[in-house]
Amino acid sequence: MARSDVQLMLDVKAGDEQSFALLLHRYRSPLVNFLYRMVRNREQAEDLAQEVFLRVYRAREDYIPSAKFTTWLFRIATNLALNSVRDNRYQRMEISLDAPVTTDAEDGDEKTMDVAEKHPNIEQHLIEEARRKMIRLAIEKLPEKQRAAVLLHKYQELDYGEIAKILQCSESALKSLLFRAYETLRVELAPLVAQQARP
Amino acid sequence: MGCGRMEKKIMGYVDGRLKEGERLEMEKHLSTCALCQLRVNEFRAVDVLLDEVPMIEPSAAFDVRVWARVAAEPGKQSWWAWFAPSPRVAFAASMLVLAMMWLGSRPAEPPLNASEVETINQNMPVLENFDVLSNFAPLTDLPQPVQADEGSDTNQNQQM
Ligand SMILES: [Zn+2]
Repeated sequence: MARSDVQLMLDVKAGDEQSFALLLHRYRSPLVNFLYRMVRNREQAEDLAQEVFLRVYRAREDYIPSAKFTTWLFRIATNLALNSVRDNRYQRMEISLDAPVTTDAEDGDEKTMDVAEKHPNIEQHLIEEARRKMIRLAIEKLPEKQRAAVLLHKYQELDYGEIAKILQCSESALKSLLFRAYETLRVELAPLVAQQARP
Repeated sequence: MGCGRMEKKIMGYVDGRLKEGERLEMEKHLSTCALCQLRVNEFRAVDVLLDEVPMIEPSAAFDVRVWARVAAEPGKQSWWAWFAPSPRVAFAASMLVLAMMWLGSRPAEPPLNASEVETINQNMPVLENFDVLSNFAPLTDLPQPVQADEGSDTNQNQQM
């Protein structure tokens, strides 16, 4: 049977590096994806995810399983992401004194390279591409705390109590964050929502 | 029950996390309120749309970089003494050495394969992160293990 996260972490604490490798394997993809949607830059997301693992490793000796491991992990990740988003914004403001800056660029990660192979119909492909981009941009435009709430709720499937602890807010405040985020998304994505919600 | 009170429960209704009693209460309200019913339908639609966002894969060097940062931690007297008990870590360490040699033998920007170059060329007019890319040099900070403000953070996180 697979060892629980907490057990793995306790084994890391006891000096077992293999258990750290297992945690790394289990959470690198969820963390990188979460951070990528938060900071909108792949290299930075990977760098931050590495930082999360480093902090987990550093804290191993003091580790006490007082909360779910994922709560702790994503709390570190969220704090790093929120700080980073704020730093980026500050940097962008500084840069904009010198030159106009383009924002929210597509960085090509999600472009499927084998267009012709996967989509013999190029028009169909372009429509899908535009659609995904619209959804992605709508998520990225959400205020960062709402964005974090949506990402943790939708993609990490954490429960409300856990997400509230990660975001350091009440469950009631979390529900408001999610509600406001979905309100914004249904407006931003109105044309797609209308297609989708059609009975 | 008024619509205002329902608002906070709509997400829970859509994601199926409401308690049974709340769910029944919500369904009763929805049967008489077209506005909330519309919102439920649209939230559901948003939820389905969010499934379309593709996931990315961490890069191939991700694990090696994590192990490298771990290995650079203070309190590790000897790298190799530490690595010796674990073949997997020893492997990661040798990968790291290779990666460093490889990084040392080329300019700061990550190498690009043909398709990446093509993508970048396509996106060049809107490539916002060029400065980040060109300054990134991911492994340059490896040999400095001491980072002043980190410990307190981690401890705080530990308190939860
Ligand atoms: Zn209503």
